[in-house]
Amino acid sequence: MEQLYTKTSPQCKLVTASEETVRFLLDYSKSLSIVEADGMTIENNLN
Amino acid sequence: MELLQAKDATLIQKYTQGDERALEVLINRYNTRLSSFIYSKVFDKEITEDIFQDTFVKVIRTLKRGKYNEEGKFLPWVIRIAHNLIIDHFRKSNRMPRYEMGEEYSLFSIMQDGSLNAEHQLIQDQITEDLASLIRQLPEDQQKVLQMRMYQEMSFKEIAERTGVSINTALGRMRYALINLRRLIEEHSIVLTN
Repeated sequence: MEQLYTKTSPQCKLVTASEETVRFLLDYSKSLSIVEADGMTIENNLN
Repeated sequence: MELLQAKDATLIQKYTQGDERALEVLINRYNTRLSSFIYSKVFDKEITEDIFQDTFVKVIRTLKRGKYNEEGKFLPWVIRIAHNLIIDHFRKSNRMPRYEMGEEYSLFSIMQDGSLNAEHQLIQDQITEDLASLIRQLPEDQQKVLQMRMYQEMSFKEIAERTGVSINTALGRMRYALINLRRLIEEHSIVLTN
């Protein structure tokens, strides 16, 4: 005999980060320059 | 177009070589998955945006420093960073995660996760028992792979190392384990849902 179980649907919400946030990250990435010299790491953020 | 179809590892390589478009593809590829993961913990759209942003700032800095060595597992790595930032967020705000009633989330659905009511507990126990008995009918090597993958959440690389076989063999065993399980489920006319 087939065993039947009740079914409950999972509840979740799909969320997406805004275009502004994505744009900020892309601009941040473009402006960030990391240079390693003599064991030192130098981060430059060129705005 | 070519970038959109590229694998994560390729995109990371291109990005570390200076192709900024590769980062855009990566962010857009995982935007919804990562944001939804964060939102499922903090239940606040603004905090989600902040943590999403901080996560990718860390990703960008790590990639630009050439410190990334996750061997193709980009999403789990990003999720781990986000998870740590979520913990930091709750530590700073000195409070536990909060749960709100709404269209998407019901307090009762969350409470249900922690303590199932008597009927659901019975069903859950029955499912666990049925599944365990089905798994016991599989050949031993398939049982092992299934348990390591599903219950211990090990990667196929780890399973291969632990069992002393190649990754392809481990994948093959998993495949046959699932095929055999489906066959057994059909034979026994079992519906495994709660």
